[in-house]
Amino acid sequence: MQEVKILEIKQSVFAGNDARAEELRQELKERKLFLLNLMSSPGSGKTTTLQRLIPLLKPTLRIGVMEADIDSDVDARAMAEAGVKAIQLHTGGMCHLDAAMTRQGLQGLDPQALDLVILENVGNLVCPAEFDTGAVKNCMILSVPEGHDKPLKYPLMFQVCDAVILNKMDVLPYFDFDLDKCREYIHMRNPNARIFPISARTGEGVDAVAQWLREEVNQWKGETHARY
Amino acid sequence: MHELGIVFQVMDSLQAVAEENHLTQIHSVTLQVGEVSTVIPDYLTDCWRWAVQKREPPLLGCEMKTEVLPAVSWCQDCAQEYGTVAHGRICPYCGSEKTWLLRGNELNIKEIEAI
Repeated sequence: MQEVKILEIKQSVFAGNDARAEELRQELKERKLFLLNLMSSPGSGKTTTLQRLIPLLKPTLRIGVMEADIDSDVDARAMAEAGVKAIQLHTGGMCHLDAAMTRQGLQGLDPQALDLVILENVGNLVCPAEFDTGAVKNCMILSVPEGHDKPLKYPLMFQVCDAVILNKMDVLPYFDFDLDKCREYIHMRNPNARIFPISARTGEGVDAVAQWLREEVNQWKGETHARY
Repeated sequence: MHELGIVFQVMDSLQAVAEENHLTQIHSVTLQVGEVSTVIPDYLTDCWRWAVQKREPPLLGCEMKTEVLPAVSWCQDCAQEYGTVAHGRICPYCGSEKTWLLRGNELNIKEIEAI
């Protein structure tokens, strides 16, 4: 009988995904395609924010949207109505997207003809933060009714995000949401995070997000060296 | 919460290790799970048992073992370490909120037993 041997592996569970994500990012760099990973909890206004943002970006950028959901195609239809290429990715019960699923989704979008792809990740503040999708930048939306303490409760999500959009500012007077505290907590987790207070309902502040994204996309396309 | 996704990642890694080392059967895999890794060991082993029975050798029948790694935080103001799970983000020594996680969010594949 063969002898049972013990093999030391000593690698992070995420090592495989991290490697696939890095590979995808390099390919995006060569193709001059910018991928934004947009995350949030359910109901924070990801789709409504995109409906505001897309008309501002459309004149200068060719945009595609990937909507990740456990089921249904409600959001993809909303994006198609906004006039951009959209596909729906069903995760089949999984609470996040990984780099392999993101790559598959991109293939369905005809990425050659695009400058910017926005990945609307599954609504969840825990799992998507763990899995690098291969995106160039990570962005999350926190809405006023969720409370200003979320950066303390979901530290990893805020740590991995380059930009935080604070949505539903129009209802600020009705909630005990402390904007200054929220900024402080976000910067405790990530001192370099850009913070954009907006209202997707009224359109207030969305210009600044559009400006940030345009600059990021141009920088990515023009850079000769990869960020990593 | 994302235990099933993690199970699939582990399976992919083990499949690669098995091919590299020409293994015919993996008897067990040991994961190190940090106390604040957001992974619940019981859920993880449940997902594993469900998923592994659908696979072929060398994975079929492989058992998952877990080891918990304690979470430790560090206080920026008084420069002391304390147990994260017991005290959360407030330093028990000086009451500061300026605290950081030192370790305890790991999720590692430690080792496998195989032939």
